Amino acid sequence: MEIKEIQNEIIEEFSAFDEWLDKYEYLIDLGKTLPQIDEKKKTEDNLIKGCQSRVWLDCRMEDGLLYFTADSDAIITKGIISLLIRVFNGQKPDDILHSDLSFLETIGLKENLSPTRANGLVSMIKQIMNYSLAYKEKGCQNGREC
Amino acid sequence: MASVISDIRAQFPALNERVYGKKLVYFDNAATSQRLKAVTDLQSKLSVTANANIHRAVHSLSSKATEVYESAREAAAGFISAPGRENVVITSGTTSAINTVAHGFARAILKKGDKVLISEAEHHSNIVSWQLACDMSGAKISVIPVEESGELSLSRVESMLDCNVKILAVAHVSNVLGIENPIAEIISLAHSRNVPVLIDGAQGIVHKQVNVRALDCDFYAFSTHKLYGPTGVGILYGKKEWLDKLPPMLGGGDMVETVTFSKTTFAPVPLKFEAGTPNFLSAAAMTPALEFAAEIRKNKEVIAHESALMEKMEFCLGQIPGLHLAGACSDSRIPLYSFSIDGIHPEDAAQILDKMGVAVRSGLMCAEPIVKKYSEKGLTRVSLLPYNTEEEIDIFADALSKTIKMLS
Repeated sequence: MEIKEIQNEIIEEFSAFDEWLDKYEYLIDLGKTLPQIDEKKKTEDNLIKGCQSRVWLDCRMEDGLLYFTADSDAIITKGIISLLIRVFNGQKPDDILHSDLSFLETIGLKENLSPTRANGLVSMIKQIMNYSLAYKEKGCQNGREC
Repeated sequence: MASVISDIRAQFPALNERVYGKKLVYFDNAATSQRLKAVTDLQSKLSVTANANIHRAVHSLSSKATEVYESAREAAAGFISAPGRENVVITSGTTSAINTVAHGFARAILKKGDKVLISEAEHHSNIVSWQLACDMSGAKISVIPVEESGELSLSRVESMLDCNVKILAVAHVSNVLGIENPIAEIISLAHSRNVPVLIDGAQGIVHKQVNVRALDCDFYAFSTHKLYGPTGVGILYGKKEWLDKLPPMLGGGDMVETVTFSKTTFAPVPLKFEAGTPNFLSAAAMTPALEFAAEIRKNKEVIAHESALMEKMEFCLGQIPGLHLAGACSDSRIPLYSFSIDGIHPEDAAQILDKMGVAVRSGLMCAEPIVKKYSEKGLTRVSLLPYNTEEEIDIFADALSKTIKMLS
């Protein structure tokens, strides 16, 4: 599925929630079920330092597509991470680099993404983009289509 | 609610704000208090009637600006019982006040082998400014550990006051623990070893009467935005002999006597430390805030109300399973409580509480070492002022229980 389609699917899911409470309960559930990152990958290198919560992010490439695993010590951040992973997993680096993340605003999580907010989420998105750029350049060097 | 409390609340329009359609419960007062209406009124009035640069021009608007700025300095001197205006430097806040002293010490006093003594429970402003001073001078920081109860033991202070200590810098009240340090005893102990003392009063002065002459501290620093007043304004009290001795941190503007290319002589204190155009209109507007703070702390009903708030908060926090308070409850506590809850990240808790209209602080609170002593993930903090109510504590307690249920 393309990035845009997955985003629309998430927007559709969130439109069912009238109350912020239901939305956050859903995010918390997503956070609890986020597949755990391999403990060995929770290294200092993979740690994205936010002001309050800590986020670990690991990325690998298979057949030209990127796969992410992540974890956070804050559950709401983890819930949002699981949404991002759902959107970006199995996508091409270039598609990730050109994606529009306004779906997070549409589903009412704008405040979680403010660059002034003291959490690791904004840094995490930046890190996803950094990985994508690095893999894109690496892919180009190997003569792969990118 | 006593009528005096509703009268006080009426002077803070921000308390009527609603967030997410809910009544705002503002429990982040230790970061910034809400602003007295008389302060905002005066700020907007002065920006029309007295907006001209102070101390310099001979025209009437400038004289008026200078007059209100200098009378605010007098008000600040009176508020802490300082001997006179020359003891009161107007700064941009506590951080800048402490940095001014630390910088002065780095340049004029500290040498390799010297020590700066601070406590484990300091705000970053009272850690980092001294680290910079040590980098400049070759001196080193020594840290007095605090007890598990959050108290600073005098015998520990005494044991660390060796002959290399050139200054002792401690908080009046820690912004994480909310416990008043025995500063009078600490000051007299330090003075018996000829060590000067700086008190970071950012939290303490909000809840405690401060008389710098009786305390005999060498420096006392605080901000007005935590004290019902304007942001961007702080006070550095200093003994005259110390302020005379220390070189200024910033140069330029009105802080000089004469300037030639070979040498500049500085203006007498306090202006020596007020380089550039000060935040004069905001500073002038601190006066009503200081008057308000001085008045309510003498009011018996307000004092009783504050005790009732603390008793209720301590009871409510005590009811929550898995909640651990940083520091013990004691008579020396101000209404400021930081805590961790088993299995719950403070950021998650603060985020859900916010959605319920309750503003609390979470994280490392600009005091990473002491916060991490109690919890690696950070803490959640509630801090109250006399304009808060028991009803708000009920709303908070209910919201906290729901939050914990959601996150567990």
